[in-house]
Amino acid sequence: MKLQYNYAFFDEGSKREIRRATLKAVAIPGYQVPFASREMPIGRGWGTGGLQLTLSLIGNEDTLKVIDQGSDESVNAVNIKKLIVNTTGAPVTEETKEATLIQSRHRIPEEPLGSDQILVLQVPYPEPLRYIEPSEYVTKRLHGDKEYSGAWLMLFEQIMKHGKMATGADHAVFVHDRYLMAPSPIPRFDNPKMHDSEALILLGAGREKKIHAVPPFTKVESIAFDDYPFEVEQFTDKSCIKCGATHTFMDEIISGLKTVHQCNDSSHCLSRMNQEAV
Amino acid sequence: MFEQPVLKVEGLRKQFGDGCGHCNSLSVDALEKNYCTTCGTVYACQDLNFEVYKGEILGVVGESGSGKSTMMQCLYFDKEPTSGAVYIDSYKEGRANLFEESSQQKRYIKDMVLGKVYQNPIYGLRMNISAVGNIAEKLISSGVREVEPMKARAKELLEAVNIPTFRMGEAPKNFSGGMQQRVQIAKALSNNPPVLLLDEVTTGLDLSVQANVLDLIKEIQRDFGVSIIVVSHDLGVIRMLADRTIVMLNGKIIESGLTDQILEDPQHEYTQQLVNALL
Ligand SMILES: Nc1ncnc2c1ncn2[C@@H]1O[C@H](COP(=O)(O)OP(=O)(O)O)[C@@H](O)[C@H]1O
Ligand SMILES: [Mg+2]
Ligand SMILES: [Zn+2]
Repeated sequence: MKLQYNYAFFDEGSKREIRRATLKAVAIPGYQVPFASREMPIGRGWGTGGLQLTLSLIGNEDTLKVIDQGSDESVNAVNIKKLIVNTTGAPVTEETKEATLIQSRHRIPEEPLGSDQILVLQVPYPEPLRYIEPSEYVTKRLHGDKEYSGAWLMLFEQIMKHGKMATGADHAVFVHDRYLMAPSPIPRFDNPKMHDSEALILLGAGREKKIHAVPPFTKVESIAFDDYPFEVEQFTDKSCIKCGATHTFMDEIISGLKTVHQCNDSSHCLSRMNQEAV
Repeated sequence: MFEQPVLKVEGLRKQFGDGCGHCNSLSVDALEKNYCTTCGTVYACQDLNFEVYKGEILGVVGESGSGKSTMMQCLYFDKEPTSGAVYIDSYKEGRANLFEESSQQKRYIKDMVLGKVYQNPIYGLRMNISAVGNIAEKLISSGVREVEPMKARAKELLEAVNIPTFRMGEAPKNFSGGMQQRVQIAKALSNNPPVLLLDEVTTGLDLSVQANVLDLIKEIQRDFGVSIIVVSHDLGVIRMLADRTIVMLNGKIIESGLTDQILEDPQHEYTQQLVNALL
């Protein structure tokens, strides 16, 4: 542990401010709470929102896991881990079950999370209506009035063009029947994991200076029309080439002339392989 | 034939600026133009009172700057009036002053009770969303959550305004001016509102395209039974469309009556000039 920095990098006042915003976000599920996003030793857009949440929350009893698009070993995940470990000395794990604090970019782990865990998601664009409405003043009003026609319209256009729901990631959700929320660019596959989650889910957008939250056991419903129900990505007939899993979110890998599939959540895949080996 | 007022405007005023000791002490008629020479406050609409009857087209004519657009913007909540009231018989039995409703209720009124067509289509349409999507938006706002019925309704409306089927999936930014106005009209009609507001919808279009849109407005009055307020600086347009007409000058209504009567026997000097210019 390097002592020239305060514990968890920030001064205590900064942590307190971020925690206050976090508490407000928990109290108003799905509502985007503004906060004074700090300068970080990594660039905005590289997970600073998530990192600030993690640093403000981490304590002596925590075990940390950091994932970037399902991988614990990507450069980005490794660097974020280094910063946290160097300033806290916190133990790190790749096992989802062992972690108490999980910071993730663009995935929710396959392993169901429990009530003693917190998931922190990194968010590039927290405003689900931004594409249709450039003004923050107006989108705040629209949320206030619960006027979400714009989001429905985007979905309608998608269905018109592709004949089906075609959101790549970040498919908007209604939280607690009130606020429309961007779940961060997780695949649709992960949206249902937010519903009634035992774990607290916190979402931080560093560049946009917003924190939002899904408290435990909260209703989370993906936006969908009555005659075009919400669907997750299908991997029918596909199985992971490594662990043989059939119900996980998979990456397509072109190996030679063949296309094979592999679990995107590498630690889940590994623990399945280890189990088989036993 | 038009006994029942569908929409009633009472004492509508809109000023830009706070006024000063000088203009605040003046009565409405004492201002020579529509602004105060001391403080520059613009009195764009000064005590407008009129009614629109079921199924009629009411024309509003007057030179540029006479306050026509400001009045329409107030009626569609694009601008907040300084004072006044508007009632619509199909909303809360005509007993609620729409200006005093909540922003949510105003949105509901804009979706269900009124339709507006702007001179500049960028205010009325989403240029990057398909024509069908533009119409669906109004249906979505009114609470529809099924794709297929919305598609069907949008196609029916776009057909009614003569948009070819193969272009309905295109975004209006690719359309000609006349087509854009027709899509706006279809959008305004999507929830069958009892009242349509049309502000200079043919201004800036080629004459032949203009004639085409004017015919469409007549057709819509006949087929949809909707009441329409048509605003234009062009008395020729008003003559083509309006059953009754009000004439505005410097933010005031200076004359009103059956359109034929106004054309044949204009009372006010300004109206006489307008009519003479037409012949
Ligand atoms: N936002 C504004 N601020 C100040 N004056 C305005 C504003 N909008 C309109 N006006 C003035 O109000 C008067 C009426 O304008 P408008 O309603 O656009 O007239 P019309 O549509 O009949 O041409 C004009 O004198 C115009 O300059
Ligand atoms: Mg005008
Ligand atoms: Zn004055």
